[in-house]
Amino acid sequence: MWEQVRSNQTRSAILVVWMGVLLLLLGYFLGLYFFDSSIGGLIFALILWVIMSLVAYFQGDSILLAMSGARKISRDDHPRLYNIVEEMKIASGLEAMPSIYIVDDPAMNAFATGRDPKKASVTVTSGLLQKLNRDELQGVVGHEMAHIKNRDVLLMAMCSVLLGTIVLLAWYASRFMLFGGMGRTRRSSSSGGGAGQIIIIVVAIALMILAPIMAQLIYFAVSRKREYLADASSALYTRYPDGLASALEKLAASTNQLKSANQATAPMYTVNPFRKRGRAAENLTSTHPPISERIRILRSMSGASFADYATAYQEVRHTNKVVIPAAAVAAAGTMALRAPEAEAPEKVDEVQRTRETSNLMWNLNKYNTITCACGTNLRLPPNFKLPEVRCPHCGRINPV
Amino acid sequence: MLAVWIVIGIIAILIIAFIAIYNSLVRLRNQVKNAWAQIDVQLKRRHDLIPNLMETVKGYMKHERETLEAVTKARTLAQQVASASPGERGKVEGELSSALNRLLAVAERYPDLKASQNFLALQEELASTENKISFSRQFYNDSVLNYNNKTQMFPSNVIAGMAGFKAGEFFEVTVAAEKEAPKVSFT
Repeated sequence: MWEQVRSNQTRSAILVVWMGVLLLLLGYFLGLYFFDSSIGGLIFALILWVIMSLVAYFQGDSILLAMSGARKISRDDHPRLYNIVEEMKIASGLEAMPSIYIVDDPAMNAFATGRDPKKASVTVTSGLLQKLNRDELQGVVGHEMAHIKNRDVLLMAMCSVLLGTIVLLAWYASRFMLFGGMGRTRRSSSSGGGAGQIIIIVVAIALMILAPIMAQLIYFAVSRKREYLADASSALYTRYPDGLASALEKLAASTNQLKSANQATAPMYTVNPFRKRGRAAENLTSTHPPISERIRILRSMSGASFADYATAYQEVRHTNKVVIPAAAVAAAGTMALRAPEAEAPEKVDEVQRTRETSNLMWNLNKYNTITCACGTNLRLPPNFKLPEVRCPHCGRINPV
Repeated sequence: MLAVWIVIGIIAILIIAFIAIYNSLVRLRNQVKNAWAQIDVQLKRRHDLIPNLMETVKGYMKHERETLEAVTKARTLAQQVASASPGERGKVEGELSSALNRLLAVAERYPDLKASQNFLALQEELASTENKISFSRQFYNDSVLNYNNKTQMFPSNVIAGMAGFKAGEFFEVTVAAEKEAPKVSFT
Protein backbone atom coordinates (compact mmCIF):
# COMPACT_ATOMS: atom_id res chain seq x y z
CA MET A 1 0.00 0.00 0.00
CA TRP A 2 2.80 2.38 0.77
CA GLU A 3 4.48 1.67 -2.52
CA GLN A 4 5.24 4.66 -4.68
CA VAL A 5 2.53 5.27 -7.18
CA ARG A 6 4.75 4.47 -10.12
CA SER A 7 2.61 4.43 -13.21
CA ASN A 8 0.95 7.73 -12.40
CA GLN A 9 4.45 9.03 -11.91
CA THR A 10 5.38 7.88 -15.41
CA ARG A 11 2.38 9.53 -16.99
CA SER A 12 3.20 12.81 -15.30
CA ALA A 13 6.81 12.40 -16.37
CA ILE A 14 5.69 12.01 -19.99
CA LEU A 15 3.82 15.29 -19.77
CA VAL A 16 6.94 16.94 -18.38
CA VAL A 17 8.95 15.51 -21.26
CA TRP A 18 6.47 17.13 -23.64
CA MET A 19 7.10 20.44 -21.95
CA GLY A 20 10.82 19.90 -22.39
CA VAL A 21 10.30 19.16 -26.08
CA LEU A 22 8.31 22.36 -26.35
CA LEU A 23 11.14 24.33 -24.77
CA LEU A 24 13.71 22.81 -27.11
CA LEU A 25 11.52 23.48 -30.15
CA LEU A 26 11.16 27.06 -29.07
CA GLY A 27 14.92 27.36 -28.59
CA TYR A 28 15.58 25.71 -31.95
CA PHE A 29 13.42 28.08 -33.98
CA LEU A 30 14.32 31.19 -32.06
CA GLY A 31 17.97 30.27 -32.66
CA LEU A 32 17.31 29.99 -36.38
CA TYR A 33 15.51 33.29 -36.35
CA PHE A 34 17.94 35.34 -34.31
CA PHE A 35 21.37 33.80 -34.81
CA ASP A 36 20.81 31.79 -37.99
CA SER A 37 21.94 28.82 -35.94
CA SER A 38 19.56 26.28 -34.48
CA ILE A 39 22.28 24.79 -32.27
CA GLY A 40 22.93 28.18 -30.67
CA GLY A 41 19.25 28.53 -29.78
CA LEU A 42 19.09 25.00 -28.43
CA ILE A 43 22.14 25.52 -26.25
CA PHE A 44 20.85 28.85 -25.00
CA ALA A 45 17.48 27.34 -24.02
CA LEU A 46 19.20 24.40 -22.35
CA ILE A 47 21.57 26.57 -20.33
CA LEU A 48 18.72 28.77 -19.16
CA TRP A 49 16.72 25.69 -18.18
CA VAL A 50 19.61 24.07 -16.31
CA ILE A 51 20.41 27.24 -14.35
CA MET A 52 16.81 27.77 -13.35
CA SER A 53 16.39 24.10 -12.46
CA LEU A 54 19.48 24.17 -10.26
CA VAL A 55 18.25 27.26 -8.44
CA ALA A 56 14.82 25.70 -7.97
CA TYR A 57 16.30 22.39 -6.88
CA PHE A 58 18.67 23.73 -4.28
CA GLN A 59 16.99 26.95 -3.22
CA GLY A 60 13.36 26.36 -4.14
CA ASP A 61 12.21 25.40 -0.65
CA SER A 62 13.76 28.35 1.10
CA ILE A 63 12.64 30.78 -1.60
CA LEU A 64 9.07 29.51 -1.38
CA LEU A 65 9.03 29.61 2.42
CA ALA A 66 10.60 33.06 2.54
CA MET A 67 8.17 34.38 -0.06
CA SER A 68 5.17 33.19 1.89
CA GLY A 69 6.53 34.60 5.16
CA ALA A 70 6.35 31.23 6.87
CA ARG A 71 7.68 30.73 10.39
CA LYS A 72 8.98 27.45 11.71
CA ILE A 73 7.33 26.16 14.86
CA SER A 74 8.32 23.49 17.33
CA ARG A 75 6.33 20.89 19.18
CA ASP A 76 5.64 23.13 22.18
CA ASP A 77 4.27 25.96 20.07
CA HIS A 78 1.30 23.95 18.91
CA PRO A 79 1.23 20.36 20.22
CA ARG A 80 -1.94 19.42 18.35
CA LEU A 81 -0.62 20.40 14.95
CA TYR A 82 2.67 18.67 15.68
CA ASN A 83 0.85 15.51 16.73
CA ILE A 84 -1.29 15.53 13.61
CA VAL A 85 1.73 15.90 11.37
CA GLU A 86 3.45 13.09 13.23
CA GLU A 87 0.38 10.88 12.88
CA MET A 88 0.31 11.48 9.15
CA LYS A 89 4.03 10.88 8.92
CA ILE A 90 3.50 7.47 10.51
CA ALA A 91 0.44 6.69 8.41
CA SER A 92 2.19 7.56 5.16
CA GLY A 93 5.33 5.66 6.11
CA LEU A 94 7.55 8.69 5.53
CA GLU A 95 11.03 8.17 6.98
CA ALA A 96 11.60 11.58 8.52
CA MET A 97 9.44 14.05 10.36
CA PRO A 98 8.83 17.11 8.17
CA SER A 99 9.33 20.52 9.73
CA ILE A 100 6.22 22.57 10.36
CA TYR A 101 5.70 26.19 9.34
CA ILE A 102 2.95 28.71 10.04
CA VAL A 103 1.91 31.61 7.83
CA ASP A 104 0.11 34.37 9.69
CA ASP A 105 -2.81 34.80 7.32
CA PRO A 106 -6.56 34.54 7.93
CA ALA A 107 -6.97 32.79 4.57
CA MET A 108 -7.23 29.03 4.89
CA ASN A 109 -4.61 27.10 3.00
CA ALA A 110 -1.63 24.80 3.31
CA PHE A 111 1.32 23.71 1.21
CA ALA A 112 4.21 21.30 1.27
CA THR A 113 7.82 21.68 0.18
CA GLY A 114 10.76 19.32 0.01
CA ARG A 115 12.40 17.86 -3.06
CA ASP A 116 13.62 15.11 -0.79
CA PRO A 117 11.00 13.39 1.41
CA LYS A 118 13.64 13.31 4.14
CA LYS A 119 13.89 17.09 4.27
CA ALA A 120 10.32 18.11 3.69
CA SER A 121 8.12 20.68 5.34
CA VAL A 122 4.42 21.30 5.79
CA THR A 123 3.08 24.84 6.03
CA VAL A 124 -0.38 25.84 7.20
CA THR A 125 -1.94 29.26 7.60
CA SER A 126 -3.10 30.49 10.99
CA GLY A 127 -6.61 30.76 9.52
CA LEU A 128 -6.58 27.03 8.92
CA LEU A 129 -5.57 26.33 12.50
CA GLN A 130 -8.43 28.45 13.76
CA LYS A 131 -11.25 27.17 11.61
CA LEU A 132 -10.59 23.46 11.27
CA ASN A 133 -11.21 20.82 13.90
CA ARG A 134 -8.84 17.94 14.47
CA ASP A 135 -10.23 15.59 11.83
CA GLU A 136 -10.32 18.28 9.19
CA LEU A 137 -6.80 19.44 9.93
CA GLN A 138 -5.69 15.84 9.74
CA GLY A 139 -7.25 15.52 6.30
CA VAL A 140 -5.44 18.61 5.04
CA VAL A 141 -2.12 17.57 6.53
CA GLY A 142 -2.64 14.12 5.00
CA HIS A 143 -3.12 15.76 1.61
CA GLU A 144 0.13 17.69 1.97
CA MET A 145 1.93 14.62 3.24
CA ALA A 146 0.76 12.77 0.14
CA HIS A 147 2.34 15.47 -2.02
CA ILE A 148 5.62 14.84 -0.23
CA LYS A 149 5.28 11.06 -0.30
CA ASN A 150 4.28 10.90 -3.97
CA ARG A 151 7.18 13.19 -4.87
CA ASP A 152 4.79 15.75 -6.29
CA VAL A 153 6.76 18.58 -4.80
CA LEU A 154 9.82 17.90 -6.89
CA LEU A 155 7.78 17.14 -9.99
CA MET A 156 5.77 20.34 -9.72
CA ALA A 157 8.88 22.40 -8.98
CA MET A 158 10.62 21.07 -12.06
CA CYS A 159 7.44 21.57 -14.03
CA SER A 160 7.06 25.18 -12.98
CA VAL A 161 10.72 25.81 -13.82
CA LEU A 162 10.12 24.52 -17.33
CA LEU A 163 7.05 26.65 -17.64
CA GLY A 164 8.95 29.65 -16.33
CA THR A 165 11.79 29.11 -18.79
CA ILE A 166 9.43 28.86 -21.73
CA VAL A 167 7.53 31.97 -20.71
CA LEU A 168 10.73 33.90 -20.12
CA LEU A 169 12.25 32.87 -23.44
CA ALA A 170 9.11 33.65 -25.41
CA TRP A 171 8.67 37.00 -23.69
CA TYR A 172 12.20 38.23 -24.36
CA ALA A 173 12.18 36.89 -27.91
CA SER A 174 8.96 38.74 -28.69
CA ARG A 175 10.45 41.96 -27.30
CA PHE A 176 13.56 41.53 -29.42
CA MET A 177 11.49 40.84 -32.49
CA LEU A 178 9.34 43.92 -31.99
CA PHE A 179 11.96 46.42 -30.99
CA GLY A 180 15.28 45.03 -32.22
CA GLY A 181 14.42 43.81 -35.69
CA MET A 182 17.42 45.50 -37.34
CA GLY A 183 19.93 42.75 -36.65
CA ARG A 184 17.59 40.30 -38.23
CA THR A 185 17.08 42.17 -41.52
CA ARG A 186 20.81 42.79 -41.93
CA ARG A 187 21.57 39.13 -41.55
CA SER A 188 18.81 37.90 -43.79
CA SER A 189 20.25 39.75 -46.78
CA SER A 190 23.54 37.96 -46.38
CA SER A 191 22.06 34.51 -46.01
CA GLY A 192 19.93 35.09 -49.06
CA GLY A 193 16.66 33.78 -47.64
CA GLY A 194 13.52 32.82 -49.49
CA ALA A 195 10.58 30.57 -48.77
CA GLY A 196 12.62 28.76 -46.10
CA GLN A 197 13.25 32.00 -44.28
CA ILE A 198 9.58 32.89 -44.22
CA ILE A 199 8.64 29.47 -42.86
CA ILE A 200 11.19 29.86 -40.08
CA ILE A 201 9.82 33.29 -39.20
CA VAL A 202 6.23 32.04 -39.15
CA VAL A 203 7.08 28.98 -37.06
CA ALA A 204 9.16 31.05 -34.65
CA ILE A 205 6.37 33.56 -34.13
CA ALA A 206 3.75 30.83 -33.77
CA LEU A 207 5.86 29.01 -31.23
CA MET A 208 6.51 32.21 -29.35
CA ILE A 209 2.79 32.72 -28.92
CA LEU A 210 1.65 29.13 -28.52
CA ALA A 211 4.45 27.56 -26.49
CA PRO A 212 3.71 29.43 -23.25
CA ILE A 213 0.00 28.64 -23.54
CA MET A 214 0.57 24.97 -24.28
CA ALA A 215 3.14 24.68 -21.51
CA GLN A 216 0.65 26.23 -19.12
CA LEU A 217 -2.05 23.75 -20.12
CA ILE A 218 0.32 20.82 -19.67
CA TYR A 219 1.34 22.23 -16.33
CA PHE A 220 -2.28 22.46 -15.22
CA ALA A 221 -2.97 18.92 -16.37
CA VAL A 222 -0.06 17.55 -14.36
CA SER A 223 -1.10 19.56 -11.34
CA ARG A 224 -4.73 18.40 -11.40
CA LYS A 225 -3.72 14.76 -11.66
CA ARG A 226 -1.56 15.11 -8.58
CA GLU A 227 -4.37 16.79 -6.65
CA TYR A 228 -6.75 13.86 -7.14
CA LEU A 229 -4.04 11.44 -6.13
CA ALA A 230 -3.21 13.49 -3.03
CA ASP A 231 -6.89 13.54 -2.03
CA ALA A 232 -7.08 9.77 -2.44
CA SER A 233 -3.90 9.31 -0.42
CA SER A 234 -5.16 11.59 2.32
CA ALA A 235 -8.31 9.47 2.61
CA LEU A 236 -6.16 6.37 2.73
CA TYR A 237 -3.85 7.75 5.42
CA THR A 238 -6.55 9.16 7.67
CA ARG A 239 -9.11 6.47 6.83
CA TYR A 240 -11.63 9.27 7.17
CA PRO A 241 -12.35 11.04 3.85
CA ASP A 242 -15.14 13.07 5.44
CA GLY A 243 -12.48 14.98 7.40
CA LEU A 244 -10.83 16.33 4.27
CA ALA A 245 -14.22 16.82 2.61
CA SER A 246 -15.53 19.02 5.39
CA ALA A 247 -12.21 20.88 5.50
CA LEU A 248 -12.57 21.59 1.78
CA GLU A 249 -16.11 22.80 2.37
CA LYS A 250 -14.85 25.29 4.91
CA LEU A 251 -12.06 26.33 2.58
CA ALA A 252 -14.48 26.81 -0.28
CA ALA A 253 -16.76 28.94 1.85
CA SER A 254 -14.03 31.23 3.11
CA THR A 255 -13.60 34.47 1.23
CA ASN A 256 -10.11 35.40 2.29
CA GLN A 257 -7.50 35.35 -0.43
CA LEU A 258 -4.00 34.39 0.46
CA LYS A 259 -1.75 37.42 0.36
CA SER A 260 1.53 35.71 -0.24
CA ALA A 261 0.65 33.34 -3.10
CA ASN A 262 1.49 33.95 -6.73
CA GLN A 263 1.01 32.09 -10.01
CA ALA A 264 4.26 30.18 -9.67
CA THR A 265 3.51 28.81 -6.23
CA ALA A 266 -0.22 28.14 -6.73
CA PRO A 267 -0.05 24.38 -7.36
CA MET A 268 1.72 23.87 -4.04
CA TYR A 269 -1.37 24.78 -2.08
CA THR A 270 -4.24 22.54 -1.00
CA VAL A 271 -6.82 24.61 -2.82
CA ASN A 272 -6.07 27.01 -5.62
CA PRO A 273 -5.32 30.33 -3.88
CA PHE A 274 -6.60 32.28 -6.90
CA ARG A 275 -9.91 30.60 -7.37
CA LYS A 276 -12.76 33.00 -7.91
CA ARG A 277 -16.01 32.31 -6.23
CA GLY A 278 -18.76 30.85 -8.38
CA ARG A 279 -16.45 29.99 -11.22
CA ALA A 280 -15.93 26.27 -11.09
CA ALA A 281 -16.10 25.63 -14.84
CA GLU A 282 -12.64 26.76 -15.87
CA ASN A 283 -11.47 23.22 -15.78
CA LEU A 284 -8.76 23.37 -18.38
CA THR A 285 -7.07 26.43 -16.97
CA SER A 286 -7.03 25.63 -13.31
CA THR A 287 -4.23 24.12 -11.27
CA HIS A 288 -6.76 22.38 -9.06
CA PRO A 289 -9.87 20.34 -9.83
CA PRO A 290 -13.11 22.11 -8.92
CA ILE A 291 -13.39 22.01 -5.16
CA SER A 292 -17.07 20.97 -5.15
CA GLU A 293 -16.18 17.96 -7.22
CA ARG A 294 -13.36 16.98 -4.90
CA ILE A 295 -15.77 17.20 -1.98
CA ARG A 296 -18.42 15.10 -3.71
CA ILE A 297 -15.90 12.39 -4.57
CA LEU A 298 -14.63 12.25 -1.00
CA ARG A 299 -18.14 12.23 0.42
CA SER A 300 -19.27 9.31 -1.73
CA MET A 301 -16.39 7.03 -0.81
CA SER A 302 -17.57 3.81 0.78
CA GLY A 303 -14.15 2.82 2.09
CA ALA A 304 -10.80 4.50 2.50
CA SER A 305 -8.75 2.67 -0.13
CA PHE A 306 -7.58 3.86 -3.55
CA ALA A 307 -10.11 1.52 -5.15
CA ASP A 308 -12.93 3.26 -3.29
CA TYR A 309 -11.67 6.64 -4.42
CA ALA A 310 -11.44 5.49 -8.02
CA THR A 311 -15.02 4.19 -7.91
CA ALA A 312 -16.31 7.37 -6.31
CA TYR A 313 -14.46 9.42 -8.92
CA GLN A 314 -16.15 7.56 -11.76
CA GLU A 315 -19.56 7.85 -10.13
CA VAL A 316 -19.34 11.55 -9.48
CA ARG A 317 -17.86 12.48 -12.84
CA HIS A 318 -19.93 9.96 -14.82
CA THR A 319 -16.89 8.77 -16.71
CA ASN A 320 -14.93 5.61 -17.12
CA LYS A 321 -11.69 7.50 -16.88
CA VAL A 322 -9.22 5.97 -14.47
CA VAL A 323 -7.95 8.52 -12.01
CA ILE A 324 -5.68 6.16 -10.12
CA PRO A 325 -3.68 3.57 -12.03
CA ALA A 326 -4.75 -0.04 -11.62
CA ALA A 327 -1.38 -1.07 -10.23
CA ALA A 328 -1.67 1.36 -7.34
CA VAL A 329 -5.24 0.29 -6.62
CA ALA A 330 -4.24 -3.35 -6.50
CA ALA A 331 -1.27 -2.64 -4.25
CA ALA A 332 -3.36 -0.59 -1.85
CA GLY A 333 -5.78 -3.35 -0.96
CA THR A 334 -8.90 -2.59 1.02
CA MET A 335 -9.23 -0.29 3.95
CA ALA A 336 -12.25 0.30 6.14
CA LEU A 337 -13.34 3.77 7.19
CA ARG A 338 -12.83 4.78 10.76
CA ALA A 339 -15.22 6.62 13.04
CA PRO A 340 -14.78 10.36 13.45
CA GLU A 341 -12.43 11.46 16.20
CA ALA A 342 -13.94 10.76 19.60
CA GLU A 343 -15.67 13.63 21.28
CA ALA A 344 -12.57 14.52 23.26
CA PRO A 345 -10.60 16.72 20.83
CA GLU A 346 -13.84 18.14 19.48
CA LYS A 347 -14.14 19.96 22.77
CA VAL A 348 -11.42 22.21 21.52
CA ASP A 349 -13.96 24.47 19.88
CA GLU A 350 -13.40 27.38 17.57
CA VAL A 351 -13.11 29.98 20.32
CA GLN A 352 -10.41 27.98 21.97
CA ARG A 353 -8.65 27.29 18.69
CA THR A 354 -8.66 30.99 17.89
CA ARG A 355 -7.17 31.77 21.28
CA GLU A 356 -4.57 29.06 20.83
CA THR A 357 -3.60 30.32 17.41
CA SER A 358 -3.34 33.94 18.41
CA ASN A 359 -1.24 32.93 21.41
CA LEU A 360 0.99 31.08 19.03
CA MET A 361 1.35 34.12 16.78
CA TRP A 362 2.12 36.39 19.77
CA ASN A 363 4.80 33.97 20.90
CA LEU A 364 6.27 33.62 17.43
CA ASN A 365 6.53 37.39 17.24
CA LYS A 366 8.43 37.30 20.54
CA TYR A 367 5.82 39.16 22.54
CA ASN A 368 6.14 38.82 26.27
CA THR A 369 2.94 37.68 27.97
CA ILE A 370 2.19 38.66 31.56
CA THR A 371 -0.94 37.48 33.28
CA CYS A 372 -2.24 40.07 35.71
CA ALA A 373 -3.85 38.98 38.97
CA CYS A 374 -7.23 40.08 37.59
CA GLY A 375 -6.93 37.55 34.78
CA THR A 376 -5.99 39.96 31.99
CA ASN A 377 -3.23 38.90 29.64
CA LEU A 378 -0.83 41.72 28.89
CA ARG A 379 1.14 41.37 25.64
CA LEU A 380 4.36 43.32 25.59
CA PRO A 381 6.18 43.86 22.30
CA PRO A 382 9.81 42.72 22.17
CA ASN A 383 11.08 46.30 22.26
CA PHE A 384 9.25 47.09 25.50
CA LYS A 385 11.98 48.17 27.94
CA LEU A 386 10.21 49.56 31.07
CA PRO A 387 10.65 47.57 34.30
CA GLU A 388 6.93 47.43 35.10
CA VAL A 389 3.57 47.83 33.39
CA ARG A 390 0.20 48.96 34.61
CA CYS A 391 -2.78 46.72 33.89
CA PRO A 392 -5.34 48.73 31.91
CA HIS A 393 -8.12 46.62 33.36
CA CYS A 394 -7.66 46.82 37.13
CA GLY A 395 -4.80 49.29 37.53
CA ARG A 396 -2.41 46.90 39.25
CA ILE A 397 1.30 47.43 38.60
CA ASN A 398 2.93 44.27 37.22
CA PRO A 399 6.69 43.77 37.09
CA VAL A 400 7.94 42.85 33.66
CA MET B 1 31.77 -27.15 -25.17
CA LEU B 2 28.35 -25.58 -25.63
CA ALA B 3 26.84 -27.85 -22.96
CA VAL B 4 29.44 -26.70 -20.45
CA TRP B 5 28.60 -23.08 -21.09
CA ILE B 6 24.92 -23.77 -20.73
CA VAL B 7 25.48 -25.49 -17.40
CA ILE B 8 27.67 -22.61 -16.20
CA GLY B 9 25.01 -20.16 -17.35
CA ILE B 10 22.25 -21.98 -15.48
CA ILE B 11 24.33 -22.12 -12.32
CA ALA B 12 25.09 -18.42 -12.58
CA ILE B 13 21.41 -17.61 -13.02
CA LEU B 14 20.53 -19.75 -10.01
CA ILE B 15 23.14 -18.02 -7.86
CA ILE B 16 21.96 -14.58 -8.91
CA ALA B 17 18.34 -15.54 -8.24
CA PHE B 18 19.31 -16.89 -4.83
CA ILE B 19 21.08 -13.66 -3.90
CA ALA B 20 18.20 -11.52 -5.12
CA ILE B 21 15.56 -13.49 -3.23
CA TYR B 22 17.67 -13.68 -0.09
CA ASN B 23 18.24 -9.94 -0.13
CA SER B 24 14.61 -9.16 -0.66
CA LEU B 25 13.72 -11.42 2.28
CA VAL B 26 16.22 -9.57 4.46
CA ARG B 27 14.85 -6.24 3.33
CA LEU B 28 11.27 -7.25 4.14
CA ARG B 29 12.30 -8.62 7.52
CA ASN B 30 14.08 -5.39 8.35
CA GLN B 31 11.01 -3.45 7.36
CA VAL B 32 8.96 -5.54 9.78
CA LYS B 33 11.49 -4.89 12.55
CA ASN B 34 11.52 -1.21 11.78
CA ALA B 35 7.73 -1.00 11.76
CA TRP B 36 7.62 -2.83 15.05
CA ALA B 37 10.08 -0.39 16.58
CA GLN B 38 7.71 2.42 15.66
CA ILE B 39 4.80 0.77 17.45
CA ASP B 40 7.05 0.12 20.41
CA VAL B 41 7.95 3.81 20.66
CA GLN B 42 4.28 4.78 20.75
CA LEU B 43 3.34 2.11 23.28
CA LYS B 44 6.15 3.30 25.56
CA ARG B 45 5.01 6.85 25.11
CA ARG B 46 1.57 5.87 26.27
CA HIS B 47 2.97 4.12 29.32
CA ASP B 48 4.90 7.27 30.16
CA LEU B 49 1.85 9.49 29.84
CA ILE B 50 -0.23 7.53 32.32
CA PRO B 51 1.48 8.57 35.60
CA ASN B 52 1.03 12.19 34.53
CA LEU B 53 -2.62 11.58 33.77
CA MET B 54 -3.13 9.89 37.14
CA GLU B 55 -1.51 12.81 38.93
CA THR B 56 -3.78 15.29 37.17
CA VAL B 57 -6.95 13.28 37.55
CA LYS B 58 -6.48 12.20 41.16
CA GLY B 59 -7.34 15.55 42.68
CA TYR B 60 -10.67 15.74 40.85
CA MET B 61 -11.84 12.15 40.80
CA LYS B 62 -11.85 11.19 44.43
CA HIS B 63 -14.64 8.65 44.09
CA GLU B 64 -13.34 6.68 41.14
CA ARG B 65 -10.67 4.61 42.82
CA GLU B 66 -11.58 1.45 40.95
CA THR B 67 -11.34 3.06 37.53
CA LEU B 68 -8.01 4.63 38.37
CA GLU B 69 -6.62 1.41 39.79
CA ALA B 70 -7.68 -0.52 36.70
CA VAL B 71 -5.60 1.83 34.54
CA THR B 72 -2.57 1.62 36.83
CA LYS B 73 -2.81 -2.15 36.94
CA ALA B 74 -3.18 -2.48 33.18
CA ARG B 75 -0.17 -0.23 32.72
CA THR B 76 2.01 -2.28 35.08
CA LEU B 77 0.97 -5.44 33.29
CA ALA B 78 1.71 -3.89 29.90
CA GLN B 79 5.15 -2.81 31.04
CA GLN B 80 5.93 -6.28 32.31
CA VAL B 81 5.37 -7.86 28.91
CA ALA B 82 7.19 -5.05 27.08
CA SER B 83 9.56 -7.51 25.39
CA ALA B 84 7.00 -10.21 24.65
CA SER B 85 5.72 -11.18 21.20
CA PRO B 86 3.41 -8.82 19.28
CA GLY B 87 0.42 -11.13 19.74
CA GLU B 88 0.76 -11.22 23.50
CA ARG B 89 1.37 -7.50 23.79
CA GLY B 90 -1.66 -6.76 21.68
CA LYS B 91 -3.91 -8.40 24.24
CA VAL B 92 -2.42 -6.55 27.21
CA GLU B 93 -2.32 -3.20 25.42
CA GLY B 94 -5.95 -3.74 24.45
CA GLU B 95 -6.83 -4.00 28.12
CA LEU B 96 -4.93 -0.81 28.83
CA SER B 97 -6.83 0.91 26.02
CA SER B 98 -10.18 -0.12 27.42
CA ALA B 99 -9.21 0.93 30.96
CA LEU B 100 -8.14 4.33 29.61
CA ASN B 101 -11.33 4.71 27.61
CA ARG B 102 -13.35 4.00 30.71
CA LEU B 103 -11.38 6.59 32.65
CA LEU B 104 -11.88 9.23 29.96
CA ALA B 105 -15.59 8.42 29.80
CA VAL B 106 -15.91 8.85 33.55
CA ALA B 107 -13.97 12.12 33.36
CA GLU B 108 -16.90 13.52 31.38
CA ARG B 109 -18.77 13.81 34.67
CA TYR B 110 -16.24 16.23 36.16
CA PRO B 111 -16.62 19.66 34.59
CA ASP B 112 -13.73 21.12 36.60
CA LEU B 113 -11.43 18.42 35.32
CA LYS B 114 -12.61 18.90 31.74
CA ALA B 115 -11.82 22.61 31.97
CA SER B 116 -8.29 22.01 33.25
CA GLN B 117 -5.66 23.00 30.69
CA ASN B 118 -3.39 20.28 31.93
CA PHE B 119 -6.03 17.63 31.41
CA LEU B 120 -6.90 18.92 27.93
CA ALA B 121 -3.25 18.75 26.92
CA LEU B 122 -2.94 15.23 28.28
CA GLN B 123 -6.12 14.19 26.55
CA GLU B 124 -4.76 15.46 23.24
CA GLU B 125 -1.51 13.59 23.83
CA LEU B 126 -3.33 10.38 24.67
CA ALA B 127 -5.68 10.63 21.69
CA SER B 128 -2.77 11.34 19.39
CA THR B 129 -0.71 8.48 20.78
CA GLU B 130 -3.69 6.22 20.27
CA ASN B 131 -3.90 7.39 16.65
CA LYS B 132 -0.21 6.87 16.14
CA ILE B 133 -0.46 3.36 17.54
CA SER B 134 -3.24 2.50 15.14
CA PHE B 135 -1.48 4.10 12.14
CA SER B 136 1.80 2.37 12.87
CA ARG B 137 -0.04 -0.88 13.51
CA GLN B 138 -1.42 -0.67 10.02
CA PHE B 139 2.01 -0.11 8.59
CA TYR B 140 3.42 -2.95 10.67
CA ASN B 141 0.71 -5.46 9.76
CA ASP B 142 1.13 -4.56 6.13
CA SER B 143 4.87 -5.19 6.34
CA VAL B 144 4.24 -8.50 8.09
CA LEU B 145 1.80 -9.54 5.39
CA ASN B 146 4.31 -8.73 2.66
CA TYR B 147 7.06 -10.59 4.46
CA ASN B 148 4.92 -13.62 5.25
CA ASN B 149 3.72 -13.86 1.68
CA LYS B 150 7.31 -13.89 0.56
CA THR B 151 8.31 -16.60 3.02
CA GLN B 152 5.40 -18.82 1.99
CA MET B 153 5.35 -18.44 -1.76
CA PHE B 154 7.41 -20.40 -4.24
CA PRO B 155 10.30 -20.06 -4.98
CA SER B 156 11.24 -17.74 -2.14
CA ASN B 157 9.84 -20.17 0.45
CA VAL B 158 12.64 -22.61 -0.40
CA ILE B 159 15.29 -20.06 0.42
CA ALA B 160 13.36 -18.81 3.44
CA GLY B 161 13.26 -22.36 4.75
CA MET B 162 16.96 -22.93 4.16
CA ALA B 163 18.07 -19.63 5.69
CA GLY B 164 15.63 -19.78 8.59
CA PHE B 165 13.31 -16.85 7.88
CA LYS B 166 10.37 -17.29 10.24
CA ALA B 167 6.93 -15.87 9.61
CA GLY B 168 6.13 -12.62 11.41
CA GLU B 169 3.35 -12.15 13.91
CA PHE B 170 0.51 -9.67 13.44
CA PHE B 171 -0.25 -7.04 16.03
CA GLU B 172 -3.91 -6.66 16.92
CA VAL B 173 -5.17 -4.53 19.75
CA THR B 174 -8.54 -5.83 20.86
CA VAL B 175 -10.26 -3.13 22.82
CA ALA B 176 -12.92 -4.60 25.04
CA ALA B 177 -14.74 -1.27 24.94
CA GLU B 178 -18.32 -0.61 25.95
CA LYS B 179 -18.55 -4.15 27.31
CA GLU B 180 -19.03 -2.92 30.82
CA ALA B 181 -20.38 0.57 31.06
CA PRO B 182 -19.12 2.52 34.06
CA LYS B 183 -21.48 2.04 36.94
CA VAL B 184 -22.92 5.11 38.56
CA SER B 185 -23.44 4.74 42.24
CA PHE B 186 -25.11 7.29 44.45
CA THR B 187 -23.84 6.22 47.82
